[in-house]
Amino acid sequence: MAKLSASVKTLREIMTDPEVENDRRRTANILKRFLLAVFRFVVLIGISYVILGPIIGMVANSFFSDEDAYSALVYLIPQNPTLDRYKTALSELNYWSTLGNTTFYIVVLMLLQVFICSMVGYGFARYEFPLKKVFFACVVLMIVIPPNTIMLPLYMTFRTFDPFGLMTAINGSAVNMLGTPIPMYIMTLFGTGLRSGLYIYIFNQFFRGLPKEIEEAAFVDGAGMWYTYFRIMLINAMPSVITVAIFSLVWQYNDTFYANLFLIEDRIVISKRISSLASNVANHLQLNDPTIIQLYTYAGIVLVVLPVLLLYILLQKQFIEGVERTGIVG
Amino acid sequence: MKKRGLTLMQKRAVVGLLFILPWVIGFVAFYIRSLILTVQFSLSDIVLEDRGYSTAFAGLKNYLYIFTEHGSFNQTLVESLGDIVIDVPLIIFFSLLMAMILNTKFKGRTVIRAIFFLPVIMNSEAITGAMDLAREMMQTGLSGSSSEMLEATNSGVNVDYYIALFRTLALPDSILNYVVSAVGRISDIISLSGVQIVIFIAALQSVPSSLYEVAKIEGATTYETFWKVTFPMVMPHIITNIVYTVVDSFSQSEIVELAYTEFSTNMMYGSSSAMSLVSTVLVCSILGIVCAWISKHTFYYN
Repeated sequence: MAKLSASVKTLREIMTDPEVENDRRRTANILKRFLLAVFRFVVLIGISYVILGPIIGMVANSFFSDEDAYSALVYLIPQNPTLDRYKTALSELNYWSTLGNTTFYIVVLMLLQVFICSMVGYGFARYEFPLKKVFFACVVLMIVIPPNTIMLPLYMTFRTFDPFGLMTAINGSAVNMLGTPIPMYIMTLFGTGLRSGLYIYIFNQFFRGLPKEIEEAAFVDGAGMWYTYFRIMLINAMPSVITVAIFSLVWQYNDTFYANLFLIEDRIVISKRISSLASNVANHLQLNDPTIIQLYTYAGIVLVVLPVLLLYILLQKQFIEGVERTGIVG
Repeated sequence: MKKRGLTLMQKRAVVGLLFILPWVIGFVAFYIRSLILTVQFSLSDIVLEDRGYSTAFAGLKNYLYIFTEHGSFNQTLVESLGDIVIDVPLIIFFSLLMAMILNTKFKGRTVIRAIFFLPVIMNSEAITGAMDLAREMMQTGLSGSSSEMLEATNSGVNVDYYIALFRTLALPDSILNYVVSAVGRISDIISLSGVQIVIFIAALQSVPSSLYEVAKIEGATTYETFWKVTFPMVMPHIITNIVYTVVDSFSQSEIVELAYTEFSTNMMYGSSSAMSLVSTVLVCSILGIVCAWISKHTFYYN
């Protein structure tokens, strides 16, 4: 008994020895940090897999030949890789000419968005005028109310486009603009395009953060208000211009809502072609096996996503920093 | 006597109005007018003609129709709103957690961040549809045509067993249902939280480090620091994120789809407008109530 209590005593002495205590703490700390790192690693890898998984699967499957698709032994890595899916998808999508048209369409819209939204954002950020708060509330309203709510009137408006009888005066009758991208151009020109409210908000937030001295110096040097805006403020707003430009490009490229609403031809909007790709392939190749048709769809999607993905990989930093820096964070 | 021109203030006001003029025209012509027209359409019978359309006032007929006669409106409406109500808190908490993990320094952080933002870049309807298919295929293998059977036998996890287990632990069924449905939609939640994560990361980085130093000196644990410092400081951004999330998931929801098919394939213009209006008003009022409640409890640092 005495022996036991003595050994307990020595044990306690060892435990409370400052050096040992220090060591113990350090080990616990290291262990804690290690476990945290493992936890983080597992969570991040898992979630990355959820995001990347389908993309990897799509890319891999688009190279499958017919036997691979039915072989139970093949998973991700094809045994007889084939480029047929891509060849067919390229011709069915009419890829290069459609891509060219789409690029023209989205670049024009992007320029309009940047130009109009920055102007409106600048007006809100720097000038005082009556009802400013009401107007700005309307911008926020535009962000909150989805365009789906007002789709029917928009459809009707552009089906018989006749502002103040102007078209009737020129043409003799109202113009049906459905089927062309013109409705989209008009709406964007007047600051009500795809997510224009958000872009106005971003620009407003950015211009408010710029020092007023820049403009005052310009005024003193005799620059007019428009000159100041174009030659000085817009140049200074480059970070948010880039943000809005790339988001506008990507979102417009992906947009199917407006494209469907205005019945824009799929010769112009590549994202619309994807939905008809499966049935087109089935018709032309006389296929009726959904598994095989799906492979062609995958190849088509890879082709459609590729430009955006390349843009993203190139400008990855601008995308993410854009959201961080320019004011969606209010 | 010379006629006096405008004062500088007035001049600036005029220029300011000129700056926003294009948007004002667009807003009045496309938004205000369309909103009024939507209300009018929902209250009338519409006949599409060669040159435009004609409307005849029909009272609340369209509303009665969608609520009492339409085959799937009620169900879709409740499901869509339910989805939004379930998704929003999950997305907010998930993205806050992810932002906190991504805000620490480790190797390969930029790569992971780039991956997390990827769904924002690829959120096209056609693409997400095919992606869902691809996701199923990744789980079962392409040859697994009877995917459900394979799933049940291969994964080796008997979900029902675990559900029963938690039920015997006297967890309320409502909570259990919520958890189960949350787990089921994990991939949706991940792909919907790209922007929110980035916003939260920016918010976390804007918290002054002196606050953390004080907390540390006062002996706060990490847990306490989170609830007393981090959480209150990112509160204002939670509202931004909720607005973004609700709008985003609403515009992708089934009910919007239903309203679109109602008008594009069924040519029921009146009831389509009524559907749009009902769902928008409901979503906006949910948004308003939630935001009002949160901003009441929000602490503004500045």
